[in-house]
Amino acid sequence: MNNKNNLKGWLYLLPAMIFIGIFMVYPLFDVFVYSFEEGYNFASQTYQGIGLYNYSYVLHDPYFLQAIKNTFILVIITVPLSTTVALLISLALNSIKKLKDLFQTIFFLPYVTNTLAVGLVFMILFKKTAYSEGLVNLLLNSFGIASIDFIEGPYWAKMFVLCFYTIWIVLPFKILILTSALASVNKDYYNVARVDGTSRWRIFYKITLPMISPSLFYLVITGFIGAFKAYSDVVALFGIDLNAAGMNTIVGYVYDMLYGNSGGYPSFASAAALILFAIVLTITVINLLVSRKNVHYQ
Amino acid sequence: MKIVLEHLTKKFISRHNKNEIVTAVNDFDFEIPDGKLIGLLGPSGCGKSTTLNLICGLETPTSGKIYFGDLDVTNLPPENRGVGMVFQNYALYPHLSVRANILFPLENLKGADRLSKEAMEEKAMEAAKLVQIDELMERKPNELSGGQQQRVAIARALVKTPGVLLLDEPLSNLDARLRLQTREQIRRIQKETGITTIFVTHDQEEAMSISDLIIVMKAGILQQMGQPQEVYNDPVNLFVAQFLGNPAINVFDGSVRDHKVYIGEDCVGERNVEDQEVSVGIRPEAFIPDEKGPFRCVFDRVETTGRDTSIVCHNEHCVSDEDVRAIVAADEKLNNKDGIIRFSLKPYKVHVFSKKDETVIHE
Repeated sequence: MNNKNNLKGWLYLLPAMIFIGIFMVYPLFDVFVYSFEEGYNFASQTYQGIGLYNYSYVLHDPYFLQAIKNTFILVIITVPLSTTVALLISLALNSIKKLKDLFQTIFFLPYVTNTLAVGLVFMILFKKTAYSEGLVNLLLNSFGIASIDFIEGPYWAKMFVLCFYTIWIVLPFKILILTSALASVNKDYYNVARVDGTSRWRIFYKITLPMISPSLFYLVITGFIGAFKAYSDVVALFGIDLNAAGMNTIVGYVYDMLYGNSGGYPSFASAAALILFAIVLTITVINLLVSRKNVHYQ
Repeated sequence: MKIVLEHLTKKFISRHNKNEIVTAVNDFDFEIPDGKLIGLLGPSGCGKSTTLNLICGLETPTSGKIYFGDLDVTNLPPENRGVGMVFQNYALYPHLSVRANILFPLENLKGADRLSKEAMEEKAMEAAKLVQIDELMERKPNELSGGQQQRVAIARALVKTPGVLLLDEPLSNLDARLRLQTREQIRRIQKETGITTIFVTHDQEEAMSISDLIIVMKAGILQQMGQPQEVYNDPVNLFVAQFLGNPAINVFDGSVRDHKVYIGEDCVGERNVEDQEVSVGIRPEAFIPDEKGPFRCVFDRVETTGRDTSIVCHNEHCVSDEDVRAIVAADEKLNNKDGIIRFSLKPYKVHVFSKKDETVIHE
């Protein structure tokens, strides 16, 4: 009976497993294989040897190094900043009564808009063309600051736009998670703390923060992973020739190696993808270790 | 510290209907003497917890004043009132150990009030010993039983040696056996510290058993205040009579005719008032089986629960319950003729209430 039930269970799982196997497990496995096949020819499907040459090539490719640098800057700036800003906005939202729903809706709007569309809007806001300076530059001009080309200008300006955009696009989800986490903290804790004369800062630091730590931790982990995988936002802002713009990301590099102008190198792409995987894994493990001490699950 | 409430009133806008105003506490005007254990008693939603929150400062009154001793605290925020509060769900910080929970209020102190680390530890230990949880200091709240959690909450409320200790339904989350133990603990702690303590409960037995004074309220209005036995023996109205006592008082429709109180045709007492319809409350322990007794009921059955023997019978005029319950001595002989049992009644256990406003009729 038990055996028969088991069999039935597996049978029901079969369709999902077939799909996962074909579209997830097999490609994952294949990426490993590709990354070690040296001199792989896409057309003839042949390779010359097995070794670490692909990794060596990728790690010496200036475009890849630029992509790594860009990605790390993006991650290091946007993850802490967006989480902090989201927390501040959530705290503010949680402490107002009037118009709370309206503000919540406004803050949530970016979440339901399309990445590419928003990217284009950002480009229009920041881009300097022959006909116009762009809205942001007009604003800068009114303060007596000279126009800056944010889209095709200096590296820091482009990085600024990218970070600004990334923070803006990830905020709504974080605010949503944090407002509900804040709302679910039992009011009695705050009442007890008030009766005991706890200062506001201490209430926040000693009660609120530990209580919402699981949600914060979740946001930091997914934030790191999401920022490391940044690609479509960059395309929306700076177009598809990211290497030329000097704004490529790791995922962008992988894509370019496969399908870009210089593409057709699945081995290099696979090696780059696995390097990204190693980075994300390391960061996540570090996060988990840090969280052991500081995250309080109830 | 004595607590004085002066015409204290709290009104809320109804949660269900924005145009409706609910008066949770209606013109409370009384004094709570220093160093006593006070039970604030009433059915759910009668404003007990609101009263407690007003005293502790989490709510501000619509009108009226609150004094601690001679000090007007009406407009003081809770942290400046020197109260300790224990919430119904204890509200222990789940991420902190028992020690850290008890230390928390001390660590809030600033400036000259701030104690040295050793002094804080010592005070926390003292409070923990008082409630007998000094061996559990390193545990987290979720590793404790309900009763232990409750004692931690009391220790946390006591560690700053407040002038007033407030307990909101302190026993309602405990099982029956633990409840008995814990209420004795609360009694002991209160006696040892001598802190004026107010606790809220809807369980009359709880309030009666440990309080020095009980305050009975209903729908935001104070009904009666006094020593538990006094209130029990001499209720001012039908509500108080029905609310106190287990098993509950038996209530009958009756009438006063020629200064005699009748239930049906049976005369159960005398009241020197004009003829009128009345409610007659008879405590279960008022009944004495007596062949010549004046009060007749239809015998149903005898129930023995431990040391109590109760006679369950029926009377068509009874309005409180289907059954009339009489608690009698176990060795009492029953006179049971044709299914009719007769009782004589202890006169001081029979209360007569006016039909008009349900207040008691003496004499």
